[in-house]
Amino acid sequence: MQLADAAQPQSHLPFARRIDPRIMLGKAARAVAGALLALWAGFACAEWRLGLQDQKTAVGEAIYDLHNAVVLICLVIFVGVFGTMFYAVWKHRKSVGHQAALFHENTTVEMIWTVIPFLILLGMAWPATKTLLDQRDASAADLTIKATGYQWKWHYDYLQEGVSFYSNLATPRAQIDNREPKGEHYLLEVDRELVVPVRKKVRILTTAADVLHAWYVPALAVKQDAIPGFMRDAWFRAEEPGVYRGQCAELCGKEHAFMPIVVRAVTQREFDQWVAEQKSLQAVVAGDAPAAAEPADGKGVYDQICQACHAAGLAGAPRTGDKAAWAPRIARGEAVLMQNALKGIRMMPPKGGNPGLSDQQVRAAVAYMVTQSK
Amino acid sequence: MEAAHGYAHDHGHDHAPTGLMRWLTTTNHKDIGTMYLWFSFSMFILGGIMALVIRAELFEPGLQVTEPEFFNSMTTYHGLIMVFGAIMPAFVGFANWLIPMQIGAPDMAFPRLNNWSFWLLPPAALLLILAQFAPGGGAGVGWTLYPPLAVQQGLSMDLTIFAVHVLGVSSIMGSINIITTLLNMRAPGMTLMRMPMFCWTWLITAYLLIAVMPVLAGAVTMLLTDRHLGTHFFNPAGGGDPVLFQHIFWFFGHPEVYIIAIPAFGVISQIVPAFSRKPLFGYASMVYATGSIAVLSFLVWAHHMYTVGMPVQAQLYFMFATMLIAVPTGVKVFNWVATMWKGSLSFETPMLFAIGFLFLFTLGGFTGLVLSIAPLDVQLHDTYYVVAHFHYVMVAGALFSAFGAVYFWLPKWTGRMYDERLGKLHFWLSFVFFNITFFVQHFSGLAGMPRRIPDYALQFVEFNAISSIGAFGFGVSQLLFLYIVVKTIRSGERAAQKQWEGADSLEWTALPSPAPYHSFETPPVIR
Repeated sequence: MQLADAAQPQSHLPFARRIDPRIMLGKAARAVAGALLALWAGFACAEWRLGLQDQKTAVGEAIYDLHNAVVLICLVIFVGVFGTMFYAVWKHRKSVGHQAALFHENTTVEMIWTVIPFLILLGMAWPATKTLLDQRDASAADLTIKATGYQWKWHYDYLQEGVSFYSNLATPRAQIDNREPKGEHYLLEVDRELVVPVRKKVRILTTAADVLHAWYVPALAVKQDAIPGFMRDAWFRAEEPGVYRGQCAELCGKEHAFMPIVVRAVTQREFDQWVAEQKSLQAVVAGDAPAAAEPADGKGVYDQICQACHAAGLAGAPRTGDKAAWAPRIARGEAVLMQNALKGIRMMPPKGGNPGLSDQQVRAAVAYMVTQSK
Repeated sequence: MEAAHGYAHDHGHDHAPTGLMRWLTTTNHKDIGTMYLWFSFSMFILGGIMALVIRAELFEPGLQVTEPEFFNSMTTYHGLIMVFGAIMPAFVGFANWLIPMQIGAPDMAFPRLNNWSFWLLPPAALLLILAQFAPGGGAGVGWTLYPPLAVQQGLSMDLTIFAVHVLGVSSIMGSINIITTLLNMRAPGMTLMRMPMFCWTWLITAYLLIAVMPVLAGAVTMLLTDRHLGTHFFNPAGGGDPVLFQHIFWFFGHPEVYIIAIPAFGVISQIVPAFSRKPLFGYASMVYATGSIAVLSFLVWAHHMYTVGMPVQAQLYFMFATMLIAVPTGVKVFNWVATMWKGSLSFETPMLFAIGFLFLFTLGGFTGLVLSIAPLDVQLHDTYYVVAHFHYVMVAGALFSAFGAVYFWLPKWTGRMYDERLGKLHFWLSFVFFNITFFVQHFSGLAGMPRRIPDYALQFVEFNAISSIGAFGFGVSQLLFLYIVVKTIRSGERAAQKQWEGADSLEWTALPSPAPYHSFETPPVIR
């Protein structure tokens, strides 16, 4: 997947995007002015969160409390040590005529400040161990999902349910390039969310297809590296319904910032319904539903698959009905269009990421889009 | 520097070449120390410019200044250049200048090796710079060079690997020299337990370097053979394991943290007693604490990789071992505060940097403790919290200590005194802008902002803008440092032999300012 639009020249030189210094300077000045304004406005209404995100799992709550406790202990020690130091800075100054004492060792004192920190650490280690053992116990899960990291998207397999799909960044390139205002969930939105039932133990198996990735959702207190060739696990149990957003946390190349994770926790009933929908969709796609016996239905395939990107023009896809965008493509002939749809082009995976589609179905969908966009 | 140059002519028997050849062929510990320090400063500026590119991109969400590939290469080379080009050579520079003077030796044990260890650095730096211009640009893998991403990279990765090899060779040779000097060339009466703390910290650091630089060299060599010779050390398709690299890298990487921090401790242990006019509290326990930190540093590496999915028992072991490091580190901080307690304190620039170090390094220590707790680390690993943590240790720790060292010893090196008013201004600018830059990063990290991303979600906007403003302030403040040093060399007032009332090591008590070209031609008498 490449975010870079083909229309934008790709520079191989390790330099800035726009090289004209005058433009750069103007842009910089405007950026600074704009940002200062935004900053000022931001200060007025910013959330100013200073701690961890609100936790939606029991393990997350335990981590949250543990963090608060450790920070509090550190703060007390910090105030004690530097209170002492600043007292010395204030009272034992040469400029107020303080004479230096001559002592330079005291075994008792040194024993005390070796043993006491040790005991404090033991006090911290106890809850830390408990939380860790809980966090790493992924056994007896209600649901197991395999998350595979790709450069640069996630693929999910619901192992028992037999549902699987890719999950791509849904933020339009125009927002990233500052040509459009940024949406509320900028960079933290995907085309297909990971849907899980609430209050169920969900086990995530992670692996990767190319390089290291990490599956990270802060509110669910999960971060697990995805390692090619190896399977690792983690788990969470979302306590309330909601949408929880995270992103890849291990540098994986140029689009590392652009492969978010969105988890939607729903009731068991809604989840079952969702699974049923996904399965019937996959059946149509795979061609073993009754409908597939009839001639390929271009509009049907389009509505179920292609529209995910082509309806809104996501990920650089030409928008269906956008004549200007389609004209040059149509001009290159049906064979080229077909080739691209089958083999994938730029951000578009082969067959739009649905290998189960027959060539005929792809051809029908392409034909449908072309008629809509002429 | 200037002054040392002057002294070259005082010794008729030297027949030293002049001009460029003098610096290329010099075997004098002071010349080499000076070159190390200027090299370090130029790398500091280069790495700093890279940091500012990063902060410029992160000033606002969206892509403004860089392409993601270029951004990634900036984070990679900022890290490599600052660690291997700026911080480590700075402390080797101090070691060269100070160790012979502090133990009453004429020079380092292996002067020619010394010359060679320095002159390996510029070619290594050149390789790192050249990597930027390789086809496809610099390697965008982070300074940790994790495969398989590192295997995917282009020619720049090979140049980077060779640079790391060369830097490693330089470090190992430098360390052999330092150990040999410290063990064999002390003046009569200068027993090990009478050495200034700075010498002790370097003795320990040099052993750490010899132990771990070959490990790093091994790791990057395996990377190189995976890239070009079809080996599969880190390739699961051939039975390898990408995580193996992380274990090897961090077996080097964690001691590396102390390779940087321990000489900084040594500098602080010289400065704090001098301006407290009181001997260092608990000298012996400081030596033991430093030794324990060094030993423990070999046993905790996997706390950098809690999220790889190692067995929970391993996580527990690494968590306990890591938490244990807080004990000797605490001892050091308590000892420094006890040294100040009931002293007769004054606050010249070196002391300001030392107090800044104490204050901020301790903060970095506390965030380190938070990160050491494995279940917590799962929330914070690879987020800006980690970035904030290690910059408190590397910048407020090592860099502030290096600034303190320069202000402390500049009068001895040049025979001239720096401008105290400007020095203090430099400290306060650095202190304030440092905290503006990095304190807020704790908050971004806690809220879940991953590191090494060129673009971020909207909840991180305010803290990133603040951080970027701080970074540019910090960067510009460092030009003042350059101005102060140049001004001192050119037109500073004459410094006294014992410029600091409370300084008690040999370079102050037995040598004039500036120190003579050959420190001690006859060993001093140590009482």
